[in-house]
Amino acid sequence: MTTSPDANELVLNMGPQHPSTHGVLRIVLKLDGERVKSTECIIGYLHRGVEKIAENRTYVQFAPYVDRMDYLAAVSNGLGYCLAVEKLMNSVAPPRAQAVRVILTELNRIASHLLWLGTHALDIGAITPLFYTLREREEVLKIFENYCGARLTTHAFRIGGLQYELYEGFEQQVNAFCDQFPAKVDEYEELLGGNRIWRERLRGVGVLDAATCKRYGVTGPMLRAAGVPWDLRKAQPYSGYEQYEFEVPTRSSGDTLDRYFVRLDEMRQSVRIVRQAVANIPTGPIMAKIAKVIKPPVGEAYVSIEAPKGELGYFIVSDGSTHPYRLRVRPPSFVNLQALDHMAKGALVADVVAIIGTIDIVLGEVDR
Amino acid sequence: MATVPWDGAIPELLREHLGAAVLDTHLYVDQPFAVLTLAAMLPALELLHAEADFDYLVDITAVDYPKRECRFDLVYIVYSHSRNQRVRLKAQVPANQKPLSAVPIFLGANWLEREVFDMFGIEFAGHPNLTRILMPDEWSGFPLRKDYGIIQMDNTWVKNNLGIESGQ
Repeated sequence: MTTSPDANELVLNMGPQHPSTHGVLRIVLKLDGERVKSTECIIGYLHRGVEKIAENRTYVQFAPYVDRMDYLAAVSNGLGYCLAVEKLMNSVAPPRAQAVRVILTELNRIASHLLWLGTHALDIGAITPLFYTLREREEVLKIFENYCGARLTTHAFRIGGLQYELYEGFEQQVNAFCDQFPAKVDEYEELLGGNRIWRERLRGVGVLDAATCKRYGVTGPMLRAAGVPWDLRKAQPYSGYEQYEFEVPTRSSGDTLDRYFVRLDEMRQSVRIVRQAVANIPTGPIMAKIAKVIKPPVGEAYVSIEAPKGELGYFIVSDGSTHPYRLRVRPPSFVNLQALDHMAKGALVADVVAIIGTIDIVLGEVDR
Repeated sequence: MATVPWDGAIPELLREHLGAAVLDTHLYVDQPFAVLTLAAMLPALELLHAEADFDYLVDITAVDYPKRECRFDLVYIVYSHSRNQRVRLKAQVPANQKPLSAVPIFLGANWLEREVFDMFGIEFAGHPNLTRILMPDEWSGFPLRKDYGIIQMDNTWVKNNLGIESGQ
């Protein structure tokens, strides 16, 4: 803690080891009393050079690395990567693979939002919800484990389709989850959303309106909480999302409370998608006919998906060899975190914790 | 797969205002891209933002071609919510020329440009705070350049800050 030339200004260092930063994020806060004058994020503590590694691995070898960026939504990361390489190779996964991809990705969205909800509530002082959300998340992780053997860094998909056929009892297990889960979401909403302390604590905190979201390039639930019904699953459907009926939940005021409601509604919509998908899994092959050695023709492509945190994009430049010439990841957390300064300006110090939580960052993805 | 010509309102708009600075407009795997001169890049972003409602800067990145005369490709991806269209703009960066910062048009360009600077050493003129973002401030070298080895590191920095001979 140091004082700067302006006698009223206090510079406070928050993190990198701080429970509410969800990893290793360091924020330098400039304060005037309890009010935040400005913030500066210092990131890179988890930088592993993922994009550099990609240039030194084959397309197949690199696939497990993407799971380790946003490790709470490994399935989404894998889907984006596979779609990008498939785009470059001009191939499409067969319908059966697409349906399974949608089921697992939506389950992963639920798992990601659940962990967000639990830790966000924990940051703000509500300890109990974390135990409930982890309980439900466990059911999703069990499905992942049964399907591919891994719970967190799943590497569930392969370029061109899926590695594994579905296990026996997959549909029943997914349906059982879908049957019991919506009631749990209602329970969370009763626990938190119906709680006056929770509402008053979050209302009007960290407001980000639609115009500001767009200027910063903010996507995902943060943009939708500001009233923009933009979701890549609807705007530019991939992996067969156009077949499913679902709504894009939005709210209007763009504050922390609205982002909480949007994410709860998104979990309900995800259940809706999973139900439709699991009821009609097409039969047929799970892999497209692609070459054993993956060598996309010379060219470049940008493919993005709606990850739980926003637009996750892969820009790949191929020189016709087995290795990507350049692979760029457009991480939603990194771009969304940039809006922190705007949201925290003028807020109370205690609200900074709520604002970090509401962005839903994963530092593994911010730093890559 | 071959590229196909990209026709429509956007390439026409670009050509109308920027003329010969638009070097190429094509589609590859159904994705439109335009190749511009570096000097025309910021005017093009301004134009797309103001005239065609491209209100969302998706990404800025670079690609290193060490053997080429103009070593770097700078890549901008912009998206229009109202058109539901994504466009990629590319320009080669000549050695003696600095690209202009896009921060005045898109606030989100700030960190993206810092990352390009951090990883490739491309400096953006007019950027409000062009410092390293992912690597430590004192680090020397630009990791995503092709001549930077996969296990290479700044040994002096590692020694001074971590107290070990090498990180490998």
